[in-house]
Amino acid sequence: MSEQGGRTPVESGISQRSAELVVALLTFAFGLTVVIASYRLGAHWASDGPQAGYFPFYVGLMICIGSIANFVAGLRVRAAVPTKLFVGWQGLRRVAAVFVPAMIYVAGIYVVGIYVSSLCYIAGFMVLLGKYRLAKSLAIGFGVSFALFMMFEIWFQVLLPKGAYNILSFVGH
Amino acid sequence: MYGFSVVLTPYNLVLMFVGVFLGIVVGVLPGLGGANGVAILLPLTFSMPPTSAIVMLSCIYWGALFGGAITSILFNIPGEPWSVATTFDGYPMAQQGKAGEALTASFTSSFFGALVAIIMITFIAPAVANFALEFGPPEFFAVYFLTFCSFIGMGKEPPFKILVAMMLGFALAAVGIDIVTGQLRLTFGFTELLRGFNFLIAVIGLFGIGEILLSMEEGLSFSGKTAKLNMKIVLETWKKLPRFWGTAIRSTLIGCWLGITPGGATPASFMAYGIAKRTSKNGAKFGTGELEGVIAPEIANNSAGTSALLPMLALGIPGSPTAAVLLGGLLIWGLQPGPLLFVEQKEFVWGLIASMYLGNIASLILVLTCVPFFAAILRIPFSIIAPVIVVICAVGAFTVNNAMGDIWYMLIFGAVGYAFKKLDYPLAPLVLALVLGDAAESAFRQSMLISQGDMRVFFSNTLVGSITGLALLALFWPLIARLIARARGNARPA
Repeated sequence: MSEQGGRTPVESGISQRSAELVVALLTFAFGLTVVIASYRLGAHWASDGPQAGYFPFYVGLMICIGSIANFVAGLRVRAAVPTKLFVGWQGLRRVAAVFVPAMIYVAGIYVVGIYVSSLCYIAGFMVLLGKYRLAKSLAIGFGVSFALFMMFEIWFQVLLPKGAYNILSFVGH
Repeated sequence: MYGFSVVLTPYNLVLMFVGVFLGIVVGVLPGLGGANGVAILLPLTFSMPPTSAIVMLSCIYWGALFGGAITSILFNIPGEPWSVATTFDGYPMAQQGKAGEALTASFTSSFFGALVAIIMITFIAPAVANFALEFGPPEFFAVYFLTFCSFIGMGKEPPFKILVAMMLGFALAAVGIDIVTGQLRLTFGFTELLRGFNFLIAVIGLFGIGEILLSMEEGLSFSGKTAKLNMKIVLETWKKLPRFWGTAIRSTLIGCWLGITPGGATPASFMAYGIAKRTSKNGAKFGTGELEGVIAPEIANNSAGTSALLPMLALGIPGSPTAAVLLGGLLIWGLQPGPLLFVEQKEFVWGLIASMYLGNIASLILVLTCVPFFAAILRIPFSIIAPVIVVICAVGAFTVNNAMGDIWYMLIFGAVGYAFKKLDYPLAPLVLALVLGDAAESAFRQSMLISQGDMRVFFSNTLVGSITGLALLALFWPLIARLIARARGNARPA
């Protein structure tokens, strides 16, 4: 947090300032959407009390006001700590290395169901990022999926998504 | 004492431990809450005698109340909404290698809170129950308002960021079908949005996934510091606990009060945390791993969870969702809750109350012996535990509504949580608003309907007036404190 102002940054990346500004813009856009949508719905007092949009309208308005204030505060960041980074490229790459596979994992649930997808995800993560041996990774992936399966399908009888191609159909689930 | 003789059969004792164990499992898994757990296991108990059945079900409930704290402390993923406040200091403690201490403190406080609530139920059940009847919409809104206010001034973050975060929570809570008019709000024609956003999805994403992204950015070092993992830690923590008696008493009062008046465990835990932060000498250090910050919400949520059973038994008004499911069970066994239950079904009522004592002792024994085991989980390398946590989060997100869309929301919330944490946007107010937003809004609108738009309804009697007054005091406390400090500074010539 306490980065020295004059030092040269060790690595490049997205600056704190642009991240502040982008997030403030996004929250503003969100707030504006809420305001417009609530206004259309009716944000007044009807004879029977507040209309459906009354409460969200002011909530949205406050988001907009707060976002403007945050945007202005974000503009000032450069003057204070010009080199402060939001995230370095290297850090960002590592974050993407978790986030992108997680998205593939969720997409995989549609295809092969949550159990098989979980097995592949855990094993893949361990092999690619943890440098574990394939056999060990598969074993742990299988163990976790199996435990989940027992807990949800058998004990609690909560059905989790099996996907379009249910590989587990041979066990009767 | 009559009750104990009913409960203390070997069969019931076994059921008790099974119930507590299942409850802990249910509490640890995000998405499967106490209410779901009890509902899922309700059919299993139909073949049992009613007393045994309620013993088992209430033990599941205790187990869930205890278990919700485990994942909050270890992974920053609250298993239950009422453990959200526990993450604020519990997780930093685990990161500093004090997981065992945090877990012990949380379990012990849970036990303390529940015990006091049970004692209260035993002695003043019917009298206190009448009090709950006086609660109308204005009182409810005042309680929610107090919860928000006791939370607002406490952040170190820039005030406008707190404002935006909290209002985002309210806006997300408003998505879906409007409960008062039945109109669709903010759905923009997407049927996926009809359900609205369940706070559990947001919490799992913001805290669980967000935390993984953060630790990933800092390299593969998930802060699973080796903690001392033995029973000694338990004993050492116990020695420290009596120091926090003031916080304990305040939190218990908050918990019991909100449990009886159906405010529930979640606002109770948030409010206790906020008030402990205000009143504690170490208040400024809250959020960085203060033992007191774990104790306060845990005492409050368990005493609230326990006292929620009181209005259910005495009046047939459930004080919490889980109590509502238990109520359903009572009706199925042909027991009509209400004042007459105490007269007609003595064996059952006192059996239940005795099982509360014993169930809590059973829970405490079970979880404390497991502390080393739970803390050992933290030593698993990050590249194994990270994907496992993502999988558990995904399962949890799915089971809330059985909807695939929720898993995507969870990922989006994860990215938002990551960005917000890095930019100093506080997540706690967002979650708080999302959890209580709907309830607060409907209470507000119902009171407005009653009073025909007159704000003075929130000061219309001593009860609601004093709660509202307290809330306003909490809201402006930072300002007042500054004025007091300045007045003192002037009085004392420098």
